[in-house]
Amino acid sequence: MRKPKALGLVSGGLDSTLALLIVRDLLGCEVRAIHFYTGFCITESQRRRGIAGKDGKVKPNEALAAGARLGIEVEMIDISDQGYLDVIANPKYGYGANANPCIDCRIDMFVRARQILEEWGGDFVFTGEVLGQRPKSQRRSTLWVIERDSGLQGRLLRPLSAKLLPPTQAEIEGLIDREKLFAISGRSRKEQMALAEKFGLTEYPQPAGGCCYLTDEAFARKFFDILDHRPERRIERDEIPLLATGRHFRISPAVKLIVSRTEGENFQLRRYTDGRYLVQARDVPGPLALVEGEPTWEEMVLISRIVGRYGKGRDRAKLVVVWEKEGGKDELVIDPRIEDSAIDEYRI
Amino acid sequence: MRPHVDRVVDTSGTYCPVPIIETAKAAREEGPGKTLLVIATDPGIEADLPVWCQGTKNELLGIEREGGRYLCYVRLVAKP
Ligand code: SF4
Repeated sequence: MRKPKALGLVSGGLDSTLALLIVRDLLGCEVRAIHFYTGFCITESQRRRGIAGKDGKVKPNEALAAGARLGIEVEMIDISDQGYLDVIANPKYGYGANANPCIDCRIDMFVRARQILEEWGGDFVFTGEVLGQRPKSQRRSTLWVIERDSGLQGRLLRPLSAKLLPPTQAEIEGLIDREKLFAISGRSRKEQMALAEKFGLTEYPQPAGGCCYLTDEAFARKFFDILDHRPERRIERDEIPLLATGRHFRISPAVKLIVSRTEGENFQLRRYTDGRYLVQARDVPGPLALVEGEPTWEEMVLISRIVGRYGKGRDRAKLVVVWEKEGGKDELVIDPRIEDSAIDEYRI
Repeated sequence: MRPHVDRVVDTSGTYCPVPIIETAKAAREEGPGKTLLVIATDPGIEADLPVWCQGTKNELLGIEREGGRYLCYVRLVAKP
């Protein structure tokens, strides 16, 4: 009998690692592993801002690390394109607790996986999804919707929960043995840990409690703030890194301020000055800030005071704040001694 | 001594995972026996490239720092 060809979606977490081991080692399939990069990965963004782990080292990408442990190439596929951003700005099935449109996001990923599967001539796609593990996106009815809308009916195997789900085409045709699959469900990880031990898997990342910025409350506020202040529901690609950077203030419907918090963020903000004002105090160390939109004179004074407030000159009576945009330069003299309460109403 | 390089993959200015995506693409096009010089400015490359090499069974000959750049030498061993 020919060797079945299976395309695996690997995040690097325990569940997808186990799914890969089951499909490759228990079912004996030829496996191709892929990882979709959405641009909303928390670890990736922290690495961008130079945030290291507790041991001072930058951690490797989890999916790549899983590939190293299993001795398999994990292909990184960048899906952080406008098509993906339009999906998350206009999700057909709505959002989860925060800005996470998990069902639509999964459908988008599975549509892309289906295209790769078909080009490769594979038999099925598999994932580490576990029935009932996540409240919304891993309910039985939702798994079915994702499968239907992505055009993968009968070609999507969840090896960890497969025995609780209808058989896939590959099982029906006897290409793979359903008896070797599992019936795991729910949030407890006991069974997965036992299975990991059986596979001799000693190293795997602990569930991080969400590694996607869209599930983060503070990030979601900034994300929706953009969508709410725009005539059309659209978010641009270069706005995403900025959403995870700095303190954000909504000064008016058309004007937004971003103030950096660290050296790393200063560096990050400098990359996004195109079409934005770069604002910083002169003569004293302090944060960099970006301003979107065209502020009025009063708003420029307010913004300059906020920027001054976060720098070393915050106790001075007078501070010079420099505004730069596309070669032009302006200087404002302001009093940075502004009360927190006066700033709070603008905070996003 | 620096190894002989068959192809330079300059990923300067891009962030991870783009340098890895570019490296994987070049590896697929070049095939076994060739040596890639991957140039990156994202410090994440120091963590990612070793595990990528391990997963793909390619050989990481070394990573050199030159100012803000990382010069990484990868010998392609695996079949593309
Ligand atoms: S947590 Fe983020 S990446 Fe994962 S499915 Fe939800 S929106 Fe997509």
